[in-house]
Amino acid sequence: MEIDPFIFRLSIFILSIFIGYYVVWSVTPSLHTPLMSVTNAISSVIIVGAIIAGLAGNSESIFNSSSTFGFLAISLAAINIFGGFLVTQRMLAMYKKKKKDKK
Amino acid sequence: MISANLSAIFYLISGILFILALRGLSSPETSRQGNYFGILGMVIAITVTFLSTGNFSSGFVYVLIFLLIGGLIGAFIAYKIPMTAMPELVAGFHSLVGLAAVFVAISAFLNPEAFNLGYPGNIKLGSLIEMSIGAAVGAITFSGSIIAFLKLQGIMSGSPITFKGQHPLNALILISIVVVTYLLCSTQSPNLFWILLAISFLIGFLLIIPIGGADMPVVISMLNSYSGWAAAGIGFTLENTALIITGALVGSSGAILSYIMCKGMNRSFFNVILGGFGAIEKSSSNTSKEQKPVKSGNAEDAAFLMKNASSVIIVPGYGMAVAQAQHALREMVDTLKKNDIKVSYAIHPVAGRMPGHMNVLLAEANVPYDEVFELEEINNDFANADVAFVIGANDVTNPAAKTDPESPIYGMPVLDVEKCKSVLFVKRSLSPGYAGIDNDLFYKENTLMLFADAKKMTEDITKNL
Repeated sequence: MEIDPFIFRLSIFILSIFIGYYVVWSVTPSLHTPLMSVTNAISSVIIVGAIIAGLAGNSESIFNSSSTFGFLAISLAAINIFGGFLVTQRMLAMYKKKKKDKK
Repeated sequence: MISANLSAIFYLISGILFILALRGLSSPETSRQGNYFGILGMVIAITVTFLSTGNFSSGFVYVLIFLLIGGLIGAFIAYKIPMTAMPELVAGFHSLVGLAAVFVAISAFLNPEAFNLGYPGNIKLGSLIEMSIGAAVGAITFSGSIIAFLKLQGIMSGSPITFKGQHPLNALILISIVVVTYLLCSTQSPNLFWILLAISFLIGFLLIIPIGGADMPVVISMLNSYSGWAAAGIGFTLENTALIITGALVGSSGAILSYIMCKGMNRSFFNVILGGFGAIEKSSSNTSKEQKPVKSGNAEDAAFLMKNASSVIIVPGYGMAVAQAQHALREMVDTLKKNDIKVSYAIHPVAGRMPGHMNVLLAEANVPYDEVFELEEINNDFANADVAFVIGANDVTNPAAKTDPESPIYGMPVLDVEKCKSVLFVKRSLSPGYAGIDNDLFYKENTLMLFADAKKMTEDITKNL
């Protein structure tokens, strides 16, 4: 009996939920806003699906109905990827420790 | 062109890098490195996708063009956005993830051959189910986030919008989503796919309109979670490990944040989601409100109190964000510190409009993060502090949550501000907070109300110090 590949993906999925559970509980509450913006950025890895869809148009019609949605999705996901990572970077750069300069 | 096995391994690597990106956020020192891991993971995922399709024809050029357009818009927003607008930005970004998931699902439905999912009208059953779930959750995320965005921007009223029969209607739509998905999978009819998308958009909209402004931390976290589940659904369709791992991470992250926020308000998740909280004011608290005496003061009085204190605890809330008072506040604190007064900040989990909102604003104003404390860390210190300076917070300081079982916020963890020797309360007026309940703290013997705009009052106090 062969195991359906779906079961393997499901295993990865369930295990990742557990990893996510433990990793996110260890995130310090003061960084919860950057957590949201960075999860925003990484969930835009959905762009890989958009790229496959965009490239699927054949050479005569690059913009067929399917690939057009792919191209639009590429732009949407790219806004999130660049916007998400950069704004996270901007926020994290602001978190500073106490300076030891007593006047 | 690289083999499917090799690209699967690279997708796994980028999945692991995303885990490390979140792991880095356990402390501010490691967080920046974590963000680089995330970026690296994304670069690997995108590069591998290009290599595995091996298609560098004219279509590739268009992919790059659309990528660049999106990237430029994203970078522009990231640099321009003021820190106070972070909740709106995050809500807006969630909507884009949702819409991208919907678009990818649509293109997979229209051209399943491109994804090895079968043929139009004969898509593999498993893939079709995954696709439908991804598309439906994506659509809910999109329309829900749009409403959250409009409410946070103030374009739409932050007060809950409720109507008769709301819950039965929502239940009906949710059931019909399941029914339509079932019919879609058995008939493969494109019309049913469009109907599924339409009702999913509708339910996202209906689910968020009854939820009020101060419940936004829960809503944003919940939508964060949804965007993850949508990504995971699409990940199953595309058989892509990076997407499955990320979807699971983001999904559980958002769920945990929603849980923390609900706990911070001592309300069940369903209580928040069903909405309408705070729409009905308690009549009992209204009748006695006018008679109670209130001590109010000006900036000079406040400055006098603080100058003679040895320790001050600052309690910021959403009002500080609205008044953009964080910089003025830090200047005031600098002056206090020059007078050898110990200052710390106390942050309630649901202060502001999103998790961690206050921390970001204080960080923006150059407040060192080791002076900022969470509720459990600092709550015992109020009894030993001389002055509590409450700026723009209200319900999170209300002692009724501990003493009055009748109060709608009874049981909610609150900051023990009243234990301080004296309390300075910066507020525009005596109006009750979001929960529609009166704050007993206003009438306490040791409370001094400072009726003014938070920023202006803080600046005035600094002048008088």
